[in-house]
Amino acid sequence: MLGALIIVFREAIEAGLIVGIVLAVTRGLAHARTYVFAGVCAGAGGAALVALFADALSKSFSGNGQELFNAGILALAVIMLAWHNIWMSRHGRELSQQLSSVGRAVASGERTLFALASVVGLAILREGSEVALFLYGVVASGETGYDVFLGGLLGLALGAAVSFATFYGLVKIPPRHLFFVTSWLITFLAAGLAAQSAAFLQQAGVVTLFTETLWDTSWALPDKTILGRVLHTLIGYSDQPSLLQGLVYLSTLILIYAATKFTQLRPRLEPRLSP
Amino acid sequence: MANSTYRCLVGVIIFAGCFMSLASASAGEVYTLTIKDHHFDPAQLTIKAETPATLIIKNLDASPEEFESKSLRIEKIIPANSEVSFALRALKAGRYKFVGEFHEDLAKGELIAE
Repeated sequence: MLGALIIVFREAIEAGLIVGIVLAVTRGLAHARTYVFAGVCAGAGGAALVALFADALSKSFSGNGQELFNAGILALAVIMLAWHNIWMSRHGRELSQQLSSVGRAVASGERTLFALASVVGLAILREGSEVALFLYGVVASGETGYDVFLGGLLGLALGAAVSFATFYGLVKIPPRHLFFVTSWLITFLAAGLAAQSAAFLQQAGVVTLFTETLWDTSWALPDKTILGRVLHTLIGYSDQPSLLQGLVYLSTLILIYAATKFTQLRPRLEPRLSP
Repeated sequence: MANSTYRCLVGVIIFAGCFMSLASASAGEVYTLTIKDHHFDPAQLTIKAETPATLIIKNLDASPEEFESKSLRIEKIIPANSEVSFALRALKAGRYKFVGEFHEDLAKGELIAE
């Protein structure tokens, strides 16, 4: 039972952290919880579908279906996160000043809410399909039974606990610092996801450049430990990254940072709404 | 404003695209691993170093397995009663451990490149 708990929990950490961060980022926006909840449900439904068609997926694209699917999902999440950060750098302050009282703030808030809810959905879709497959395998093989299944469910519950812990940890930060903290969190999160996406493209053989291993710290902090997994999500830590992963990580960080600064500095073209 | 954001995004995508060279490498020797009762057979597979190869994994069990190797940088789900094949990059001589993540205590093995 403990084994199953650990397997499922390990998969659930990433999604759990992302849900927690998104809940904290969108706190105070109208309908934020509804959006996040919808993202969770869509992700879980999608994960069940992916698990159901795992066989077909793994045979598609001459055996590289899984990899390309994962790479695509990750890339989409990176784009959504980047878009959110760039958008927030311009409108974040307005939003926090006016909150939901101004119609326009709500309307534009919903666009970024949609982006973040999709990030939640995509995270759950990707990690959840593995959990679903594992639990399905347990049930199908009938070799182990309820004990393992229960362990899996407990692992999921722990993943949800990670969401709550992340959320409550983040909202403890004073509001004037929260925006700064969450934009950096999202930037690092996006860079880490971009590096993971690159790794899947390498695995699929789509990218054959830069496969050299940058470093090996698996003796000190393996990815598979809980701490390794948390760092993997938050800052994109990997114990044996390829050169390509490193390059993609750095370029994503730099690009999002530069794009954010660029949008912040540009003079406004639209008349400012008076508060 | 929306325009500049989209332009940024397009830039990001094009930049990412620069990293990709569309060449699928699946040539060289073909090796086969079998999973039965959550064990890999052979548990030690010797392959030629510095040569791209293809690895076929057959899962004879009724439950799915996830082939995972940090050093090979591969994680791949093998559905129940089916097989998958994938390209291995040219490996430096050495040992590359792998596990079946869903049954990690039983499903263990390593590739030996020499």
